[in-house]
Amino acid sequence: MRLRLVKQGTNFDFFKRWKLWLGISGLMMVVAFASFMIQGLNFGIDFRGGTTIRTESPLPVDIGIYRDAMTPLELGDVSITEVFDPTFGPDQNVAMIRIQAQEGQEAVTPAVIAAVEEALKTVRPDIKFVSVESVGPKVSGELIQTAAIAVVLAIGAVLIYIWLRFEWQFALGAVLALVHDVILTIGVFSELQIRFDLAIIAALLTIVGYSLNDTVVVFDRVRENLRKYKKRPLNEVLNISINETLSRTFMTSVTTLLALIALFVLGGDVIRGFVFAMIWGVIVGTYSSIFVASAALLYLGVKRDWSKPDANSGNQYANIDA
Amino acid sequence: MLQIDLWKRILIWLTCAVGLWLAMPNAFYTNVERHNDAVQAIELGADTAENQADRGLWPEWMPSGLVNLGLDLRGGAHLLAEVQVEDVYAARMDAAWPEIRDALRPERSTVGTIRLQPSADDEVRVRISEPAGMPRALEIVRALARPVQTLTGVGANDITVRAEGDLIVVALSEEEKLATDERTVQQSLEIIRRRIDEVGTREPTIQRQGADRILIQVPGIGSATELKEIIGTTAQLTFNPVVTRGTNPDAAPGIGNKIVPSLDEPGVFYTIEAASVVTGEELVDAQPAFDQNGRPAVNFRFNTSGARKFGDYTAENIGSPFAIVLDDEVVSAPTIQSHIPGGSGIITGQFTVEESTNLAVLLRAGALPAGLEFLEERTIGPELGQDSIDAGKIATMVAFAAVLVFMFLSYGLFGFFANIALIINIGLIFGLLSLIGATLTLPGIAGIVLTVGMAVDANVLIFERIREELKTSKGPARAIELGYEKALSAILDANITTFITATILFAMGSGPVRGFAITLGLGILTSVFTAIFVTRLLVVMWFERRRPKTIEV
Repeated sequence: MRLRLVKQGTNFDFFKRWKLWLGISGLMMVVAFASFMIQGLNFGIDFRGGTTIRTESPLPVDIGIYRDAMTPLELGDVSITEVFDPTFGPDQNVAMIRIQAQEGQEAVTPAVIAAVEEALKTVRPDIKFVSVESVGPKVSGELIQTAAIAVVLAIGAVLIYIWLRFEWQFALGAVLALVHDVILTIGVFSELQIRFDLAIIAALLTIVGYSLNDTVVVFDRVRENLRKYKKRPLNEVLNISINETLSRTFMTSVTTLLALIALFVLGGDVIRGFVFAMIWGVIVGTYSSIFVASAALLYLGVKRDWSKPDANSGNQYANIDA
Repeated sequence: MLQIDLWKRILIWLTCAVGLWLAMPNAFYTNVERHNDAVQAIELGADTAENQADRGLWPEWMPSGLVNLGLDLRGGAHLLAEVQVEDVYAARMDAAWPEIRDALRPERSTVGTIRLQPSADDEVRVRISEPAGMPRALEIVRALARPVQTLTGVGANDITVRAEGDLIVVALSEEEKLATDERTVQQSLEIIRRRIDEVGTREPTIQRQGADRILIQVPGIGSATELKEIIGTTAQLTFNPVVTRGTNPDAAPGIGNKIVPSLDEPGVFYTIEAASVVTGEELVDAQPAFDQNGRPAVNFRFNTSGARKFGDYTAENIGSPFAIVLDDEVVSAPTIQSHIPGGSGIITGQFTVEESTNLAVLLRAGALPAGLEFLEERTIGPELGQDSIDAGKIATMVAFAAVLVFMFLSYGLFGFFANIALIINIGLIFGLLSLIGATLTLPGIAGIVLTVGMAVDANVLIFERIREELKTSKGPARAIELGYEKALSAILDANITTFITATILFAMGSGPVRGFAITLGLGILTSVFTAIFVTRLLVVMWFERRRPKTIEV
């Protein structure tokens, strides 16, 4: 007896309300973008400059006491948050202290860090500073820039690759889906105010890769079926293709999610934001392959005459064996 | 039908075997690490019984390459420093003034008196009292120019000379600035490397980034502050003539002079000539020593040109004081008692033994040619690193087990084959990481976990396709063959696109992000290999033995 996530021979009509789905996706993007514009992202020090200190103490974290200890230092905007995690031991009480980049100073001042450590030691003598990270405003500005360039480059490179392997309509559909995924992910980070740092950019690019993986598999089948069913209308061909690949889509999403959830629960708090972004991306990416990429393909139309010999022939790798 | 040539089979198994062989040391991380350290120590001459015992922890004939653990896993310090390349321009211009003065002096009849004017850091302004002599003066100063010493700046001179009324303005040319910047950064890199090596830590990373930045990562060091202490002092040693000694830091020093504080007499300030007689760059050796009174001091020796300059100066200025200046502070200002010809001397001051040892190290390693500004600094404690490793290990194992069970439940025997391939896959990733000496970071572990999830994708594609083909095709053999054939284009397209993003991540990212890109990229390569070669071979071997009439996928 086999485990079947999707029963065989499904025949869902994914495109009965395709305009509605495109509309909903569009609306979600608008909401995400608005949230980004209004609330903004909760940038980590990688992108905003400043210092974070991670403290660990056998005594419980008391944000009030910590704050009082640091008030005389007049550091401006200081945020203190307690960190909880199931992987912590019983006497591991962790707090994250974030200090705004000091006005008019490019380099990081060890004096400030030393003063903070000193102040905290007076209230919690056995406190440990397990990590201290400082980023100057000059670098943080550049990091944002490189990150944005990386995302744009990745999407651009993918656009070109799919265009070469398929047709421009496919490329456009895939890229729309990617933009959709990236915007929704940024939206979630802005809405929930989860810390957005350099690792999240890596997660974003992975989402781009994953979503694409999914889209390409569906498109590959569409390409094949367009040749097979020359006379059927495009929406039917798309529907058949999605139904045929549905089982695989779910299998892969579930295995990936299984792995990611294990990491989310057990991997510690340091990479939790990163893993959260990827889990969200897998879900959104799977959705967008069907309801954004394919729907866009339906809207754009596609070349139907695949009978001519074509450089993009789908089986050009087929003679590779073993 | 389902045929795979023998040589291909051998090649596939061989690849897996080599990958797993290379990955093996990572399973015994601590032992292999101690073995490697011991081997290195013995090579350096520390042939102790303890080292020999450590060496025996891992057999010599086994591979001993390990995956490096990144700072976030091992703990350590990370610094990003920007070299203040402009510092060097000022020093160059300070040195240019005496040269210009000496060149113009014989021509005083045509150019009149020569005076140094207040100038910006990267230029020298000289006023001559006879504007009519300007063409001649320019000619003389231009003759001081030297060609730029680079490949790109061919034909360019190091200085530009122009007239502004009765002023001669000498500045560094753009080509020379570029060449100087390049030299400054290279030199800083080299000096930082030497200083860190003198302390002797494990596997430091010292890399140039962009035009004027240096990335320094040292695992196992207590804090970034400690690291800065090792590299941070510029140890710029100069010997300057002393003009006066006073207590007012704001007094007008006079043109060409500057005021610097005394190192160990608070409230005392020296006015010294900005152009130095000799600099620390001309030192060949420095050793900690003791002076006649048994106080710690540092002995030094100049190279030939330094010794000559020092000798000439001391011969001409017997009776006047000169200052030994370290990083813009006067260490001591002795009076020249006699001509010092040999080019060696002693720096005395109120040092502790430790300070004199440190100073000698700094002087020996050479001065940093320019200041460093630290743009980024991170300290990760070893406990946090260990916590991350532990959490990462558990998470990876759970993820792995969940995927294995899930695959077996979904595809039965075929799922089992895919699982074997997945295990080989993880081995191959570690093998490759060890082979190229890559660094594993926390996001890198996430990359591996993600690979575990996604690696099965290629197999899922194939198995789903075989299921479909079973419904229409003649027999199981044909269905398997078609399944592999038709799934291939989807597998390749899907993985190539992901690989493109991994490549971009690698190129654009730094530190942990790059670690993630490496494991993701390698994971894609190995998972495609295991899916289209290893599982296929397993399926074919099984099929050949059993010859089943029907199969269930």
